[in-house]
Amino acid sequence: MLTALRCVIARDLLLALRRRSDVLTALLFFVIVVSLFPLGLGNEPNLLRTIAPGVIWVAALLSSMLSLSRMFSEDHADGTLEQMLLSSSPLGMIVVGKVVAHWLVAGLPLVLISPVLALQFDLHQSLLWVLTLSLLIGTPVLSLIGAIGAALTLGLRGGGILLSLLVLPLYVPVLIIGAGTIDIASAGLSAQGHFMVLSAFLVVAAVFAPLAIAAALRISAE
Amino acid sequence: MLEAANLECVRGDRTLFSDLSFSLGHGELLRVAGTNGSGKTSLLRILCGLLSPAHGEVRWRGGNIRSLREEYWREIVYLGHSSAIKDELTAAENLVVACTLAGIKVGRDQAMAALHCFGLADCAELPAKVLSQGQRRRVSLARLILSEKLPLWILDEPFTALDAAAVDYMQTLIAEHIARGATVVLTTHQEARIASVVMITIDLSARVT
Repeated sequence: MLTALRCVIARDLLLALRRRSDVLTALLFFVIVVSLFPLGLGNEPNLLRTIAPGVIWVAALLSSMLSLSRMFSEDHADGTLEQMLLSSSPLGMIVVGKVVAHWLVAGLPLVLISPVLALQFDLHQSLLWVLTLSLLIGTPVLSLIGAIGAALTLGLRGGGILLSLLVLPLYVPVLIIGAGTIDIASAGLSAQGHFMVLSAFLVVAAVFAPLAIAAALRISAE
Repeated sequence: MLEAANLECVRGDRTLFSDLSFSLGHGELLRVAGTNGSGKTSLLRILCGLLSPAHGEVRWRGGNIRSLREEYWREIVYLGHSSAIKDELTAAENLVVACTLAGIKVGRDQAMAALHCFGLADCAELPAKVLSQGQRRRVSLARLILSEKLPLWILDEPFTALDAAAVDYMQTLIAEHIARGATVVLTTHQEARIASVVMITIDLSARVT
């Protein structure tokens, strides 16, 4: 069972390594979108500090959406998905592998680069780690929820747009709590409660999303 | 071993076949024939559980495959139309991944040996995107050599894109597998010449639906 999980993660990472452009596109998109705001809004420090959490979180949502549609569509097109559905390991396990690989490729780089980008907004240093931690807990939730949408829209024409319409509303609670974490910390209050809620999202998504993704994939493959 | 009971398949508004029943035992080969669009691939997908039939059920050792699930999939190989080959991975990596997903532990050496049997020793380390259509097909078929212990092979058009020598080799491979007491289901347009084998043929286009 774990062999299949490891195999899927290793395979997807190897694929990402051999097509680096895909990974870099999402990361550059994130960097550029975030950088556009200080350029467009001028250099009013208080304004920038206020909008920083929201801007970075929204850019992270959009950038992780970019690579979502590719998550299962290539495996679907070349027949690998059929083999995954017929695997002797539970499909939920394989799906977890796919999501983990997606997060490592599309989520983790955003988390790592976000403190650097936050400097453009003159975010206080003590808030940088709050931002990074909130993204670290939040981005896996985005990958898990997004994968449900990707599995449901598999094989549909114009699936990309439908995917955004389906998934973005589901991202809203994560966005509110995630960006709220930094707001509340900047007001000098303890962000612990927000972190707890964000972690609870992660736990619930990690338990239930794989089941939903697996069911959606079986339906899409028929 | 494998039993189909009153299968009916509906795609869109068309009934492809209905009331299709058969049973296969050890060492038997089922050849599914029929014109394009007669439902050969759909039948194979129903047999391996990818598609649910509109009516009827498929049983494996007496149990419905929809409740056996992983227990059934552990014992079968299904090779579909698409070869499940990733362009960016080498032939050997593709083979190892395919086997690991299927639950067969395969080392590098075994994978290389299997590719060697299919005449791919020279291209084992090349990325699959430079391989020809026939070579890609061979990479996915090489999985069969590593799946000798599995009692049911379901093969969709295994001979397409292969040259004459490879077709002969495939036929020997299938004959050997059946001689071991396993069951094979395949679709093909060519008359398969598989020696000394009990072959049952179902012609889907000749059936009145």
